[in-house]
Amino acid sequence: MPVPDAAVIARKDRLVARLREVLPMDAVISDISETRAYECDGLTAYRCPPLCAVLPANTAEVAAILKICHELNVPVVPRGSGTSLAGGALPTADSVIIGVAKMNGVIETNYDDRYIRVQTGRTNLSVTGAVETNGFFYAPDPSSQLACAIAGNIAMNSGGAHCLKYGVTTNNLLGVTMVMMDGTIIEIGGAHLDAGGLDLLGVICGSEGQLGVVTEATLRILHKPEGARPVLMGYDNSEVAGQVVTDIIKAGVLPVAIEFMDRPCIEATEKFAQAGYPMCEALLIVEVEGSDAEIDAQLALIMEIARKHNPVELREAKSADEAARIWLGRKSAFGAMGQINDYMCLDGTIPVSALPFVLKRIGEMSKEFGLDVGNVFHAGDGNMHPLILFDANKEGDLELCEAMGAEILKLCVEVGGCLTGEHGVGIEKRDLMHVQFATADLEAQMAVKDVFDPKWLLNPAKVFPLDSSSPRRAA
Amino acid sequence: MTPKTETDLAQMITDASGPLRITGGGTRPIGRVIGTPLDLSALSGVTLYEPGALTLVAQAGTPVAEIETLLAAENQRLAFEPMDHRALLGTTGTPTIGGIVAANVSGPRRISVGAARDFMLGVRFVDGSGTVIKNGGRVMKNVTGYDLVKLMSGSYGTLGVLTEVSLKVLPAVETSLTLTLKNLDDSTAIKAMSAALCSPFEVTGVAHTPSTATTHFRLEGFAVSVAYRADELSKKLAPFGRTTEAQTDWAAIRDVHAFAKQEGDVWRISVKPSDAAALVAKLGAVSVQYDWGGGLIWALCPEGHDLRAAMGHTAGHATLIRGKGCGPTFHPEPAPIAAITAGLRAKFDPRNILNPGIMS
Repeated sequence: MPVPDAAVIARKDRLVARLREVLPMDAVISDISETRAYECDGLTAYRCPPLCAVLPANTAEVAAILKICHELNVPVVPRGSGTSLAGGALPTADSVIIGVAKMNGVIETNYDDRYIRVQTGRTNLSVTGAVETNGFFYAPDPSSQLACAIAGNIAMNSGGAHCLKYGVTTNNLLGVTMVMMDGTIIEIGGAHLDAGGLDLLGVICGSEGQLGVVTEATLRILHKPEGARPVLMGYDNSEVAGQVVTDIIKAGVLPVAIEFMDRPCIEATEKFAQAGYPMCEALLIVEVEGSDAEIDAQLALIMEIARKHNPVELREAKSADEAARIWLGRKSAFGAMGQINDYMCLDGTIPVSALPFVLKRIGEMSKEFGLDVGNVFHAGDGNMHPLILFDANKEGDLELCEAMGAEILKLCVEVGGCLTGEHGVGIEKRDLMHVQFATADLEAQMAVKDVFDPKWLLNPAKVFPLDSSSPRRAA
Repeated sequence: MTPKTETDLAQMITDASGPLRITGGGTRPIGRVIGTPLDLSALSGVTLYEPGALTLVAQAGTPVAEIETLLAAENQRLAFEPMDHRALLGTTGTPTIGGIVAANVSGPRRISVGAARDFMLGVRFVDGSGTVIKNGGRVMKNVTGYDLVKLMSGSYGTLGVLTEVSLKVLPAVETSLTLTLKNLDDSTAIKAMSAALCSPFEVTGVAHTPSTATTHFRLEGFAVSVAYRADELSKKLAPFGRTTEAQTDWAAIRDVHAFAKQEGDVWRISVKPSDAAALVAKLGAVSVQYDWGGGLIWALCPEGHDLRAAMGHTAGHATLIRGKGCGPTFHPEPAPIAAITAGLRAKFDPRNILNPGIMS
């Protein structure tokens, strides 16, 4: 991270006093023993307590905070629930953390027009929780959905296992209330569809808290399907499994999820969760939705395709219990890998056709670097999640793991993919952005930030390589 | 000017001494633009199509029809069902994929699968200074850097001239079936459409035509599934009347054929469905057509009619698609939003030469 601004740190008392003028006593956290709670997010290898943390209760308080920070030239790092795996909410020593955790209310629910309006500190799962008794749900379902906040989902344009059918956050976000760095409150979009002018909502979603602080969001809700059922298939080689995915998609079936796990992941998961998975090179879980009859029809077609490729196992869930067992291993995969060792989870995306080649190369890299890798990912959309195992207590292991991670991400870009499919750039992939983008591409993105945040105070040291953003941050 | 390559185009923009009017097939002359025509039709051709990955990359001037033919051969389609503006606007020419992206053109299926912008995976464009910029890519999940793909979708060429777009396609369907209800007033029709959209039966088109008092519900998918859902949806809609299966011409709804031969201004209004009927009652329109479950209103108005004054404070936006209208073509924005828009245009097109006058 860049060297913190000593002048800002020296003015801490004045800043805290100003913030206390506009916020309740308990909403300003400045004691070092307490700011430590905000020193990192899900990327725990990097830590730094902020200058102070503030916990506003509404949009007006956020505006008051930003106005002060803008006036005093203090960097601001917005924070949802702090589950980012990319360091999106990592503070610097000269920054104020704005945490939206207190802002977790439901403002309006409208079933006729199929939307819900919430404060953005609300967790992803509790958005669905607010509408499910009426048969509705909010579609994006990141793995961290129990904890992660809508604010962070919008910042990172979060996805999930079911986005093959339902899309990611940007496809389910209708409007926001956002506070600009100078304290101006703006409304973008609403309960209606599409933008009347430029699609500002589209560029705000996924901007990693660098354009403004989103305090309220209007989200599309959908009626739940009548039912869903998974089928599990095992194959002797990943190339064949990749072909099965392609054949299913080409056959015109659009499953809601196609998940893939490789042997190291299956083995770890079996030890951990005993889901009864077959020991093979590639395991697929394919889930479809609809009424019983519709599911039967779709699964019949999928099973027929699966059989043509000689599976070592083909198992359709016959009951809710069997469906849960099929998902059990997949849902335990990260925890299972974590039992073996520390791990780093990447999320580069590749064209589905490049899957066998990329898996082979990752296997070779695993040998070259001497680090084990398990692969679990969303196969339908090519979003990989290689989990590199390392020992945080072993000297140099983290650095070795990061070096290998960088090689895998470069490979993803080489085959026509990208560095990150759903976790975001943050600080983790910041300095790899040159691999994917030319200078002009990055300049165009930074020009957008220039317009929203001319002083570059919002989450400034993220997303863009430090050498690219330094003239702007220093200005 | 007709650039043959992206490099040509960049040079032409760099050398331009005045405003440029960017056209693909020239079938959607929305908004008042002056300037030297910059014709993108020679930047044409599909450069990559992977049916198994549901991905297609094409140069911006590629005819939509060419893409649709290619997709149909693999039993796939552009799911957002882009509207063809030719009949409504009385234009000839060949609609291009770049035009669709630049104007974020969708059709009835937008209500269930999303708009054109939701299917865009990547873009290449030349900004107002002649710099070539790429954003996004050709994979379905991509959060690497800011999403300028969305920003470019629907920007009507004001931020840059598209040269290549990459998009997600979807499987075509085995069967399509339309149920209709007759003789509902607008307000009741919208309630019926909401009921359908609030069901698990995945309607992919929900429109209401007041002139014939017909409300249309489209179901698509595998035959067995469509038949099942048609039964269930009919039961759900029973409080609104008895549904009948009909041969609705969805292309005619999509393209607003009803107003093609009628005189007057044509407005396109996006609102939340439950506001639509009350809004229409005070619009002073000659005729309207509802799509997207009531969320999209096409209004035919007397020439020069001040539709936005009639709209009052209803949340949403109205765009003048055809005719003289009253006030700006695009919906006026509140001051802080207008300032952001102006700021972005100044960054991407500092000389204000790309489609000046449009969207402002």
